[in-house]
Amino acid sequence: MENIVKMPLRPRNMRVRWGRWLALAVALCLPIEARSQPAATDTVAKQGEYLARAGDCVACHTNPGGKLFAGGRPMPTPFGTLYTSNITPDAATGIGKWSADEFYAMLHTGRSRDGGLLYPAMPFGAYTKVTRTDSDAIFSYLRSVVPVSAPNKPHDLRFPYNNRSLILGWRTLYFTEGEYKPDAAKSGEWNRGAYLVQGLGHCAMCHTAINALGGSSEAQAFQGGLIPMQNWYAPSLTSNKEAGLGDWSIADISDYLGKGVSHRGAVYGPMAEVVYNSLQHLTAGDTRAMSVYLKSLAEGSPPGAPVSTVAGAESSLLMTLGKTVYDGHCASCHGAQGRGLTPQYPPLAGNQSIQMESAVNPIRMVLNGGYPPGTAGNPMPHGMPPYAQILSDDEVAAVVSYIRRAWGNRGTAISARQANELRSALLD
Amino acid sequence: MRRMKTFLRSISVQARRRRLARPTPFAALLLWALVPLRPAHAQAIERAPDTMEARLQPCAACHGAQGQGVANSDSFPRLAGKPAGYLYNQLVAFRIGRRHYAPMNYLLEFQLDPYLRAMAEFYAAQRPPLPAPAVPIVSNDVLRLGQSIVMHGDPSRGIPACSGCHGPSFTGMEPAIPGLLGLKPSYISAQLGAWRYGTRTATAPDCMQIVAGHLTEGDVTAVAAWLSTLPSPENAAPLPRGTLALPLACGSEPS
Repeated sequence: MENIVKMPLRPRNMRVRWGRWLALAVALCLPIEARSQPAATDTVAKQGEYLARAGDCVACHTNPGGKLFAGGRPMPTPFGTLYTSNITPDAATGIGKWSADEFYAMLHTGRSRDGGLLYPAMPFGAYTKVTRTDSDAIFSYLRSVVPVSAPNKPHDLRFPYNNRSLILGWRTLYFTEGEYKPDAAKSGEWNRGAYLVQGLGHCAMCHTAINALGGSSEAQAFQGGLIPMQNWYAPSLTSNKEAGLGDWSIADISDYLGKGVSHRGAVYGPMAEVVYNSLQHLTAGDTRAMSVYLKSLAEGSPPGAPVSTVAGAESSLLMTLGKTVYDGHCASCHGAQGRGLTPQYPPLAGNQSIQMESAVNPIRMVLNGGYPPGTAGNPMPHGMPPYAQILSDDEVAAVVSYIRRAWGNRGTAISARQANELRSALLD
Repeated sequence: MRRMKTFLRSISVQARRRRLARPTPFAALLLWALVPLRPAHAQAIERAPDTMEARLQPCAACHGAQGQGVANSDSFPRLAGKPAGYLYNQLVAFRIGRRHYAPMNYLLEFQLDPYLRAMAEFYAAQRPPLPAPAVPIVSNDVLRLGQSIVMHGDPSRGIPACSGCHGPSFTGMEPAIPGLLGLKPSYISAQLGAWRYGTRTATAPDCMQIVAGHLTEGDVTAVAAWLSTLPSPENAAPLPRGTLALPLACGSEPS
């Protein structure tokens, strides 16, 4: 019954578009599935639409409230602001003159139609794993959407990052070209999940730490990291100390991905966007395949060893004040013993996401509250109220320290300063 | 605990209303049935309450359980009793970022239309009492200017009377013109200011942007101050749709 308030991992701008990509991937991988719907060309475009959702293309290539796939969405990065491109079939400003070959080459190699190098905010490191069939379907779908005349905006990157030839160095370090290669030792379902997670889903964009060069190494894949510019922590998917799903049931993982809530935790922050735009639209089969793969990532890793707790008077004061705050504001939903009322009110006892070394996510949840995404499976979510306007920094630190350590939880105490630093996170 | 109390209170309020309207043992039964759910036994509840009150706890933190606004805050407006169409338009505007307030944008970013509509309808149906009229902190001259603009406008500057659209009692009009009562002067000033500077917009033609564009800063202060001194009308419900012929076209209010 423990739940994990998982905090999503994608930077507002560099969102993990994995849902859509995953869907795409799934669609590509399982072309044999019972897709006994419309007629020929229509079917390909439909499949492409599904795959585009798996890849979450919309998250970056559409401005909120703007025209579908017209691009122009600013993507702040540590290196400056990138603007996403118009991928509607408009001939002059979109991809109307592209061929399916050129589209595949772009996804596969990270080079645009004119041979120019794409910035890695476009997750071509993941999309390179997408099959040609799936790429063609996505292209067919994109050709079918309403063309929008919207010229691409020039990027606004600081020196030296505005020198595109630097991307060559980045590619040498961090980019490996190549479609997904199934692992014959694993089941078809596992391979389908891996294809979606690693390819269209581009989960690694957030769940793998990004270093000072904006790169992430394959050796650290899915080990978690702070999402640049967004101030959310994308938990490790490989460690059961963090969001490793080794001891989650497949049903709970599937609910989490597909509905946004589960008996173990609910989706907030950047991950809410992924579920909203992408993952909720995947078939039950694909969601399950991803769940099987994600669960396997964490299997075999030992449960986290107890972290030494801060001793002394300050720590016990924090716990005392924290319990008072908790009983007054939190226990009515999460329960005096932190068990929650699942799936609406996530459990806190045993919840991995609040015990992680990084306390960014639980602090932000207390300050800003939040709603899990609205999904077909959970169209009117219950939500967490914001407390920034009610609780002082000391009280936030106390209650977060309390939930990280009460009921057998093994997180560490946090300071009022840490709480204060995140008060402005929403505005960043 | 607090949430449970709030939930119980809202149910008992509903029950009281029902009893007043239509004396039936059902309300009493309902109240009785809830007694065992007192806070001390909250752990016995296996599921989160399947109610809008429970779902809207994040909103209640700043707007109050019934959307009555919060007494000690200058910036969290009253929502109760405003027409559902108006509230829905605002929820959508926050969701897509047309209206800018980070905590609202963040909360609503991934919510579906039918849910936003249900939220709007919930608050539109609430009728908590209006707060006592504010004691003005501006001079009588300023109040007179405010009254004059609100009641008569200033035709020479192209300013229509507020009452011409928001109603003679300022309770708004269905489906999408908001009431102006129970709001802090600082909130009204901030909204008119945002319209003047173009940071708050509505669907074109954006009538409020046109009106606010004709107001000076002094006008805004006067209008906000006078509105906050108005007493509660006997009937706080918005006017029915089409009651008033609008002096100018508004994109968010179908004529």
